[in-house]
Amino acid sequence: MEKDKVPQDTSNLTKNNVKELLYATDENGNYTTTLSTGWEPKTIALSNSIDEINERIAEAKQQVLNGEVSPISYYMEVNKMDLTILSSYVGMWKWRVKRHFKPAIFAKLSDSILKKYADAFNISISELKNFKTD
Amino acid sequence: MQVTFTHHQSAHCENGVASNLLKNNGLNISEPMVFGIGSGLFFVYLPFIKVNYAPAISYRTLPGQIFNKVAARLNLKIKRQKFSSVVNANKALDENLKNNIPTGLQVGVYNLSYFPDEYRFHFNAHNLVVYGKTDKDYLISDPVMETVTTLTHEELDKVRFAKGAFAPRGQMYYPIQIPKDVDLKSAIIKGIKNTCRDMLAPMPIVGVRGIKFVSKQIRKWPIKHGTKKANHYLAQMVRMQEEIGTGGGGFRFIYAAFLQEASVILGNEELKELSKEMTKIGDSWRDFAVEASRIYKNRSAKEDAYNTIANELLDIANREEIFFKKLKKAIS
Repeated sequence: MEKDKVPQDTSNLTKNNVKELLYATDENGNYTTTLSTGWEPKTIALSNSIDEINERIAEAKQQVLNGEVSPISYYMEVNKMDLTILSSYVGMWKWRVKRHFKPAIFAKLSDSILKKYADAFNISISELKNFKTD
Repeated sequence: MQVTFTHHQSAHCENGVASNLLKNNGLNISEPMVFGIGSGLFFVYLPFIKVNYAPAISYRTLPGQIFNKVAARLNLKIKRQKFSSVVNANKALDENLKNNIPTGLQVGVYNLSYFPDEYRFHFNAHNLVVYGKTDKDYLISDPVMETVTTLTHEELDKVRFAKGAFAPRGQMYYPIQIPKDVDLKSAIIKGIKNTCRDMLAPMPIVGVRGIKFVSKQIRKWPIKHGTKKANHYLAQMVRMQEEIGTGGGGFRFIYAAFLQEASVILGNEELKELSKEMTKIGDSWRDFAVEASRIYKNRSAKEDAYNTIANELLDIANREEIFFKKLKKAIS
């Protein structure tokens, strides 16, 4: 890619004033580096996954409100985790974490177990227990 | 407490940290040189592993490999340490800073507070350098950032002990021995041979054959998984391909820059021509990303559109196959 063709699109990087470095060729065909503020195809790909995550969060929230799953499942989505990542953060087997997704089981969890989840989600135990609907 | 350290921004984190640490130790080696000698260019398709609910495609080798290969090929010694306790990990880092040693760390991205929120995913193979410490902060040189930055002590603990795939376990590394004269020529040739071997590997999911395999799969995605999932897979692929310099076009341009530098050091004109060819292939990777983004932007998945980009990818794979065969010949 030639240096003057390096895209300078607005992206999620722009608002944080971050620029990425790219290798590109100068007018003599020699390689040099240049900065780019962003590139549209990447921005779309990223916002596509953000939308995907927000959908999953909304869905998990509704399921918690319907009493189908425990708040653990909701906070897992909020923190962009999946079962594998969450289970390694709390240091429990995946099947055990999955079991804690059940509201009835969740209601009976001890504070020491809840603390592991709260720490992984960076919230307090009471926040985890008292699910807010807003 | 602050160590003398010069920050240079780079396109890719691992090359950048390696290049910055070596420059700081008096060995002036560019990012593309590190990438080429360390054989960073790679491709593997792992459909049985899911990342963000899409099949994993990696355009890079395993974390740490680039620097390890550079060290082996240039006869440097790097010390690597992992820790089971946060306290010991901090002690070792502080000790290093006291001894005036800027230290490379493998970290998770999710808690890097200076990254835009959208970029904070559970990805654990990021690299940065710590070059100092104040009462509440560590001084950080993150090679993908324009300037140096900071993380609080708690934040650094979190990123060093991020969990999940490739958990860094506090890993830190730094060169401990650098010879006065390094033999760049033989290192370059070893690096190139290694990359040719990887990219032409006779395995269906690796290198050029891996790219062809993905191209075949893309055709099936809309039929097999439906529009929504197929679009999600494609978007994930583009993100892994082009995000913060970790693959596709970005990597091809770094490799082309490496070949250009190598042609001068080895006095090999052919490499210069091949560098130009690699640049064109890199452009095609970017064209592929543009076409793919049109599909998931419109959210309409005509089968046709998927076939079109699959053809594009197949064409790239064929050209890379020819390219790496030529490259192999050029240095033998």
